[in-house]
Amino acid sequence: MAIHQSTDFFRRWMRGSSPRVMAKHRGSSAYIGPMRPQDILMPVPAGLCCKPGGFHIDPVRPVERALITHGHSDHARPGHGAVLATQETLDMMRLRYGENFAGSTQAVAYGEEIRLGDVTVTFHPAGHVLGSAQISVTCKDTRIVASGDYKDARDPTCAPFELVPCDVFITEATFGLPVFRHGDAAGEVNKLLASAKLFPERAHLVGAYSLGKAQRVIALLREAGYDAPIYLHGAMEKITYYYQERGIALGELRPARGMKKAELAGTITLAPPSATADVWTRRFPDPVTAFASGWMRVRARARQGGVELPLVISDHADWDGLTATIAATGAGEIWVTHGQEDALVHWCKSKGLAARPLDLVGYGDEDEGETAALTGEGEAQPVGEAQPVGETKKP
Amino acid sequence: MNRFAELLDRLAYEPGRNNKIKLLVGYFRETEDPDRGYALAALTGALSFKHAKPGLIRDLITERTDPVLFGYAYDYVGDLSETVALMWPKAIGASHNESLLGYPSPHPSPARGEGAQPSCSPHDDNEVTDVGEGPTGGQAPSPLAGEGWGEGFRGRDVSDDLLSRNDRDLRTHNNPPPPTLADVVTTLRTLGKAELPAQLARWLDELDETGRWALLKLVTGAMRIGISARLAKTAAAALGTKDPHEIELMWPGLSPPYLDLFAWLEGRGDKPVNSDPTPFRPVMLAHAIEDADFANLDAADFSAEWKWDGIRVQAVSGRDARGHIQARLYSRTGEDITGSFPDLVPSLHLPGAIDGELLVLRDGRVQTFNVLQQRLNRKVVSPKLIKEFPIHLRAYDLLGDDANDLRELPFTERRAHLEAFVARLNDPRIDLSPTVAFASWEELAAARADPKSAGAGDDADAVEGVMLKRRDAPYLPGRPKGPWWKWKRDPHIIDAVLMYAQRGHGKRSSYYSDYTFGVWTRGEAGDELVPVGKAYFGFTDEELLQIDRFVRRNTTEKFGPVRHVVHEPDQGLVLEVAFEGLQRSPRHKSGIAMRFPRISRLRWDKPPREADRLETLERLLISMTAN
Repeated sequence: MAIHQSTDFFRRWMRGSSPRVMAKHRGSSAYIGPMRPQDILMPVPAGLCCKPGGFHIDPVRPVERALITHGHSDHARPGHGAVLATQETLDMMRLRYGENFAGSTQAVAYGEEIRLGDVTVTFHPAGHVLGSAQISVTCKDTRIVASGDYKDARDPTCAPFELVPCDVFITEATFGLPVFRHGDAAGEVNKLLASAKLFPERAHLVGAYSLGKAQRVIALLREAGYDAPIYLHGAMEKITYYYQERGIALGELRPARGMKKAELAGTITLAPPSATADVWTRRFPDPVTAFASGWMRVRARARQGGVELPLVISDHADWDGLTATIAATGAGEIWVTHGQEDALVHWCKSKGLAARPLDLVGYGDEDEGETAALTGEGEAQPVGEAQPVGETKKP
Repeated sequence: MNRFAELLDRLAYEPGRNNKIKLLVGYFRETEDPDRGYALAALTGALSFKHAKPGLIRDLITERTDPVLFGYAYDYVGDLSETVALMWPKAIGASHNESLLGYPSPHPSPARGEGAQPSCSPHDDNEVTDVGEGPTGGQAPSPLAGEGWGEGFRGRDVSDDLLSRNDRDLRTHNNPPPPTLADVVTTLRTLGKAELPAQLARWLDELDETGRWALLKLVTGAMRIGISARLAKTAAAALGTKDPHEIELMWPGLSPPYLDLFAWLEGRGDKPVNSDPTPFRPVMLAHAIEDADFANLDAADFSAEWKWDGIRVQAVSGRDARGHIQARLYSRTGEDITGSFPDLVPSLHLPGAIDGELLVLRDGRVQTFNVLQQRLNRKVVSPKLIKEFPIHLRAYDLLGDDANDLRELPFTERRAHLEAFVARLNDPRIDLSPTVAFASWEELAAARADPKSAGAGDDADAVEGVMLKRRDAPYLPGRPKGPWWKWKRDPHIIDAVLMYAQRGHGKRSSYYSDYTFGVWTRGEAGDELVPVGKAYFGFTDEELLQIDRFVRRNTTEKFGPVRHVVHEPDQGLVLEVAFEGLQRSPRHKSGIAMRFPRISRLRWDKPPREADRLETLERLLISMTAN
């Protein structure tokens, strides 16, 4: 593992002057004929590996060089030698893991072309969370887009999803079933506001994932005209203030900590999903438990978590979004990563697209944790923690 | 229908019993006849539409969506009505299906080399046309393009949950207003089988997602929203501040839309009377007794009898208007199963209601449940079947004797009535379930451990434990805690190692809740684990969370929905598995199959190397076969 490489390592690697990369490259390029997509990007246990470029995308194990799509902990893990990501993603990793989360880092702007070994990479907005990116990898005439997590729905807290035409599109499938139709998030926020109006004597606790979802809910509340202070669980503060630093208007925010119970009547508080079923909620007067998640579309999911006010608001594209995006990229081949791969692969094939699941281990668990956490998992893990696959941990 | 859909939706999310009752009472108060009556019928399972089968709804959705996708979706959601409600395509015209989201159909090969834009923002309305045509190289725009790009990125439906009622009515101004609950119920009752699919489809087009969901729940009769019939009746009783038990007693004589019941509850009419000669009476059920319960129970307060491994039934006879005896046999849920057991009907020749166990007897000996199974769910009951599997009723309670309702009497008095009744019947097909004498819990434990020498004799194989009934308890519908207990025979227990985990279905679909477990055996390369069974219940919700977390953190490989979980001598999770029996099975690698396995405890404390070995199970199997 290359934690202690010099900080300009990335730069050297990018210029293709690293002797090791060159050596590797020479070894792997001994082929004749056109480049197959799997020669450019290949799923390996550590994640998606780009041999001709000498890097991994969103690796789940420490690697020498990592390109990271976005700051969620299942995609952005610590311990890599060098990390290339958007400034926001790097900042979020720093907030979460501390200054030394990687040997070296390099920030990339959306649209900036970077040459890595035999490939050219560009980052494009994925519309998932602040700083989230799709990574486009072009080698000779073939372009593969690894979209990470994405959504095509409007989100005032991040750059809108950009359609990148490509030959191979790598898509997530978190909501890859035709029952997932998220609808308009503004309508869901109106449900929350209606409930807050109906129960002025109660506090409203909104369970929302700390990175992205919470800030989006706050921004949507502001757009809907709600201008009272919004309260934050302690675990939300750092990342939410970071959003504000990046110029996302979120209005007046206050820590819920230290408030008297009576003062919280009629207020709205954002908290990590795990906290809404925690003893922490006892400081609130008769709280109404809401939960903002795409999973709320399915009744059984909402019910099993004891959610009284399900809000169908998702960071991920819904079924219509996934299928529409796949079609619009013009890609003839679709690789499907984490989620409901089977259904999406089937849909692609029925539309005449070559498609296959990638069976990558280690993604999507953070999101599922959202729901699992609801049913009483005690640990309030504010920003999640990376759990290397295979590590044994006795509860 | 909208009001009813809203009620169901709110009930589905309301966890508190009292709040559920409040919601129901509010609905009954504000909703007029006959809608509220049909709602009560729907919630108590009193409505059934013979042509409206789940298969029909499946057909409707498969005609409109990809059946494979429907299969995946249904497997995930776990509820047919909800799956269809969510997947139902917009009613804009027959040609509108989910493949026409506003995109032209995708080209199998990208058009990037043909000069399309390298990238463009789908959210920018100004670029809409460019985006739409970019990847497909100037194909004619889809006729539905306006539906798709014009609204933003795609032609998704943002309507149902978002538009106000007015907007929605505007959108569907060509359609009639959504049907009322009474419309739906009366139409469903009168409609012929052939017209039903088109009518259902029309309603599904007219309703929003919640409405569709409620309609389908209603039509299929499977509500499953956490409301028991008992709770619905309790709420109805609360409307008139009556005792729910009163409604329970008169219930078999009532029929939807319960105009007389609501009139009585609102003080506008007399108390309804039961006119059915052979009504089903809601059965009384027992709780499983725990070791700790005995400390608070006095053996002298209880009567004990064998718990038979048969089918719980209620055999009811009564005189119809002309004075003729009618007899009906009900399952414990009130399903009429008389047709399956015509050979028992002549034996029920005295008016009364027996609570008992349906068994197969050969030469006076009770046969195992496997034998009894041959008689269940038969549409045609042949003389041969009747002869080979002679049916028998073993009576343990009497709920009614002629016109007298005995349910308010204490158990000992009902037992006396029962003994007299069975004597008067004097029929070889009906006998008494004997009581088991005991003076202390220790004595009863001994009898339970060895029913053969404690009175059950040759029938001991069909005994699955003992029942405890409080001598002074009346017959109460439902599962009241305290008066009745079941004390099953101890299961067998082994320690096994978790090997694979699979996600559950429906409400468990986010959890790894199906577990394959194994025991050690000698393999080619030393000791190895061999799977011996699969269990998906027995654990508490808290334990499920713990196992789920363990599985996620200790996955070594993933195969679709199945995860390989670490199972090494020093790494892994030991599960204590309880089971009822063992059988030889060539289908399993271990050669052994378990009956009714369940997780009884998590042994976090035990290293996998100390789990049981296959030899232990082999020995157990041999000793079982010897018995």
